[in-house]
Amino acid sequence: MSELLFEIFCEEIPARMQARAEADLARLLGDRLKAAGLGWKTLTTFAGPRRLGLAITGLPLKTEDVREERKGPRTDAPEKAVQGFLRGAGLDSLDGCETRDDKKGQFWVAIIEKPGRATVDVVAEAIPAVMKEFPWPKSMKFGEGEKLQRWVRPVHRLLCLFDGAVVPFEVFGIVASNITEGHRRHGPGPFEIRDFAHYTQVLREQGHVVQQREAREAIILEGARKVCQDAGLELVEDAGLLHEVAGLAEWPVPLLGKMDPDFLDLPPEVITLTMKTHQKYFAVRKPGEEGLAAHFVVVANQAAPDGGKAIAAGNARVLSARLSDARHFWDNDRKTPLDEMVKELGKVTFHEKLGSVADKVERVAALARELAPIVGADPDLAEKAARLAKADLVSEMVYEFPELQGAMGRYYALDQWRAAQAPSGPSGATSPMNGGGQNGDAPRLPPLAGEVGRAGPGSKGGLDWATLCEADAYAVADACRDHYKPQGPTDDVPTAPVTIAVALADKLDTLVGFWAIDEKPTGSKDPFALRRAALGVIRILLGGKARMPLAPEIKQAVWELVRPNFDEPGKNWRFHDRCKHVPDGRELGEPIAAEGQMDSSSHRRMGRFQGGLMEGHQIFKEDWTAACLADRPSCDEIIADLLAFFADRLKVHLRDEGIRHDVLDAVFALGDDDLVRVTNKARALQAFLDTDDGAALLAGFNRAANILKSEEKKSGETFDGAPDAAYLAGAPEAPEQALIAALEAARPKADAALAAEDFTAAMAALALLRAPIDAFFETVTVNADEPALRRNRLLLLSDIRAAICAVADFNRIDG
Amino acid sequence: MAADKAPSFQDLILRLQHYWASHGCAILQPYDVEVGAGTLHPATTLRSLGPRPWNAAYVQPSRRPGDGRYGENPNRLQHYYQFQVLLKPCPDNLQELYLGSLDAIGIDRDLHDVRFVEDDWENPTVGAWGLGWEVWCDGMEVSQFTYFQQVGGQDVDLVSGELTYGLERLAMYVQGVDNVYDLDFNGAKGADALSYGDIFQEAERQFSAFNFEHADVDMLTRWFEDAAGQCKALLALEKPLPLPAYDFCLKASHIFNLVDARGAISVAERASWIGRVRELAKGCADAWVASERVLFEGAA
Repeated sequence: MSELLFEIFCEEIPARMQARAEADLARLLGDRLKAAGLGWKTLTTFAGPRRLGLAITGLPLKTEDVREERKGPRTDAPEKAVQGFLRGAGLDSLDGCETRDDKKGQFWVAIIEKPGRATVDVVAEAIPAVMKEFPWPKSMKFGEGEKLQRWVRPVHRLLCLFDGAVVPFEVFGIVASNITEGHRRHGPGPFEIRDFAHYTQVLREQGHVVQQREAREAIILEGARKVCQDAGLELVEDAGLLHEVAGLAEWPVPLLGKMDPDFLDLPPEVITLTMKTHQKYFAVRKPGEEGLAAHFVVVANQAAPDGGKAIAAGNARVLSARLSDARHFWDNDRKTPLDEMVKELGKVTFHEKLGSVADKVERVAALARELAPIVGADPDLAEKAARLAKADLVSEMVYEFPELQGAMGRYYALDQWRAAQAPSGPSGATSPMNGGGQNGDAPRLPPLAGEVGRAGPGSKGGLDWATLCEADAYAVADACRDHYKPQGPTDDVPTAPVTIAVALADKLDTLVGFWAIDEKPTGSKDPFALRRAALGVIRILLGGKARMPLAPEIKQAVWELVRPNFDEPGKNWRFHDRCKHVPDGRELGEPIAAEGQMDSSSHRRMGRFQGGLMEGHQIFKEDWTAACLADRPSCDEIIADLLAFFADRLKVHLRDEGIRHDVLDAVFALGDDDLVRVTNKARALQAFLDTDDGAALLAGFNRAANILKSEEKKSGETFDGAPDAAYLAGAPEAPEQALIAALEAARPKADAALAAEDFTAAMAALALLRAPIDAFFETVTVNADEPALRRNRLLLLSDIRAAICAVADFNRIDG
Repeated sequence: MAADKAPSFQDLILRLQHYWASHGCAILQPYDVEVGAGTLHPATTLRSLGPRPWNAAYVQPSRRPGDGRYGENPNRLQHYYQFQVLLKPCPDNLQELYLGSLDAIGIDRDLHDVRFVEDDWENPTVGAWGLGWEVWCDGMEVSQFTYFQQVGGQDVDLVSGELTYGLERLAMYVQGVDNVYDLDFNGAKGADALSYGDIFQEAERQFSAFNFEHADVDMLTRWFEDAAGQCKALLALEKPLPLPAYDFCLKASHIFNLVDARGAISVAERASWIGRVRELAKGCADAWVASERVLFEGAA
């Protein structure tokens, strides 16, 4: 068993590509080795700014000999057939064949012997192929003629050792060798390498290179914590940033730098993001205090003789220039109240077919109002928050740092609220910032004087800033920041009612909008992050602070989408019957409801809208044509399709929890659109199926269902409904009597448990049927000779099936 | 870096010129048509295309009318200098050569942390892109390093290595100065000392006023049409004249930047102006490559 070491030494590989490249290298080379019949013990990959490679241990020296027998024609077959057989087997003559006998006579068998190949040959062939097909996100041409290469950046050396010897191959005109190089300043080498252990040691001790990404991350994290600790400070950890800086240094040396404390009056998010995005620095705080300290951690790629003083000082100067830019945005933004920014949203396109962000805000505000009572929020606050939530999209800070959307809105909202509270000046209003002013020596927010009267008129939502109490102002501001949550599978789920109302409204509007214009995610393409939106809704609902059936809310969202046509005929969206309608007098059929006939009250319109008008209708843009009309989904299609989408996303979400697809299908089959109930029931069902009772009941259910299916097929009858009263009262055999009794006992218990949403109890009620069903099938013959008895027994089984399916559709459960 | 030993602005240029001359580059002078970046000098844009090798370095004043700040912003200028190096075909050791140039201008790489951070360059106006890095010195971007892949919408025959040094920024770094106007320009002492501001601050004030307030949009729009027309006419000749045509393409491009700075171009119109310049640039590149091939194959 031997070791393979392979290293590609090249110019700086973008940090963001290194992890993928390691995985791709392992997969592509691994696949080729496996295809050649090679197995191994361990495979370790590594990547850094200037190298990508792997080490494989436990590789055999050669692949196994393969002996294959191939059956041929009978020995008395015509010559042509024999020749064809030999050609197919790759043999020259019958010398390589044996004869065998079977019942029909004698026939030829070709013996194909494939001797094992030397592993070194397999590797020498595989690596050039892997390099030529390597899937870099972006690659470049370099060199010419025989030295032409296509790689992420120019390649300079290839090191490849198998079993202690150089593997002979050449790619991009570079001949593989046993030589590598180290760090540019600390130990360029070149170094001759014997094996992986030697490679690691030489690089570390002489080359000053830590080749393993994970090892560099550990060094950075430990070092960064330490330089902070030594100064009585604490590192603000950031896994993504750690990952990135580990891809930018071969010999990482974390250094603590000083930031100009004047900048601490900027929001901590702004400082942190400026550091991270532009400079790849970590932020630093004082232990136990909120906000940031006037320091940063930069990870240098070398140990400088002055201990890194010059490097830290240089980086501090760059940071000051960056933060000056950020301060410029911050100061400019706060000259415009959030209410004024709202007015600019009409100029920002949300999607060309779905209108501007202002249009979206109108819809979300209305929807948030509807959702507010369900989630325990004040409708006025929810509406106000929804109207303000997107305003910061027109701020300079969010233009510069899109990641700060929401967070800036919160600051600007609180700013405006404070301005409205303090008509006579600063009056000691506290800063929302926690920018390290804890000791009272750091600067606070600039005074609010001069902002008097700046607050615009109360928003359309009707609530005036001046009348909001502090808790309500924070509820609105927090919703501005948090309504985008949860952004990913690990992001926090909002719990504040106003935030939940806006978050759900925003996501539902997005989903319904893109469904209406038929821009659904396909395969790996999800440009509008609709899966994330649906998952967000799911996680908020499962968070336990909001509960509702989804279909009515989706319907409401569709209504908000088409509502402008009712309020302002001829604008934006129209709403028509698919087959017969007349927009603008163009002839396609009869109008169902002229716009003039609509009631003025939106609620009554809503009633009409939901009470039938919706069925089979569709929405589409003003510039419709008959052709595009045919493609538009109807409202019902949108609801059904979106619910199925939610079901899919829920399955993916619960898969991590171990809930099986088929179990969720069985629950969803009952048409429930309350995802909380669906999830609870699925959990209970799966737990039940894992018990003996559950498994046996499923087996009994399947037996009953199969008998019914086959009998229904045979007789053409359907067996549905209860058996005769007489049979129920006096079934001939004891086990069927017992089953009848058990069903009578179990059914009300299951019904009651379902009504109380105690699904464990519902499953326990079903479990009562297990033993009687088993006993029934053991002794009772369903297909009795007497037709009436047979029919009653089948109806009994059908009744059992119905009782079980009232809990979940067991037909959909595997097994 | 100790400020008193640091090179003056002009010394920085002299050292870079000397360094790259000693590595086989022809030291050219700035091109005499306004350009938005050193890359647009025909010595880069056109010479990077075609089969003939080419090594050159030069300083190029770059004009970005929209970046003017009336001489008041310590980091922003509407007229600044880039030092440009083009090596075609790119040598294998361009990174080492580049690092040597930092040594030449006095950056002590034991004390300072030089890093190559992913930054892929793209200039849609001339249909060009390449892969490379921005080079950081202690977190400050001091250069762009690009391996050209496409120029004028064409794949390059030979991959060029292109280096762009932002001279003001680099000088601010090596001199330890926070305001561009405080840069030591000539290294002289006392009455002879010249700062960057002494030379350029008034120009920044006047050109900012011109760019933003007084540039005659109607006149410029006519000039744009005229320049575009002349460029096309030169390219349409039976024997096209790509070099003079490219001058007019550059003029059109600069005029567009001026009109844009005046805020006279709507979002929708903008794309169409840029598209027209790109089309001119592409035409020039095509004609240039065709003429180069004739020359190259004729010589071979």
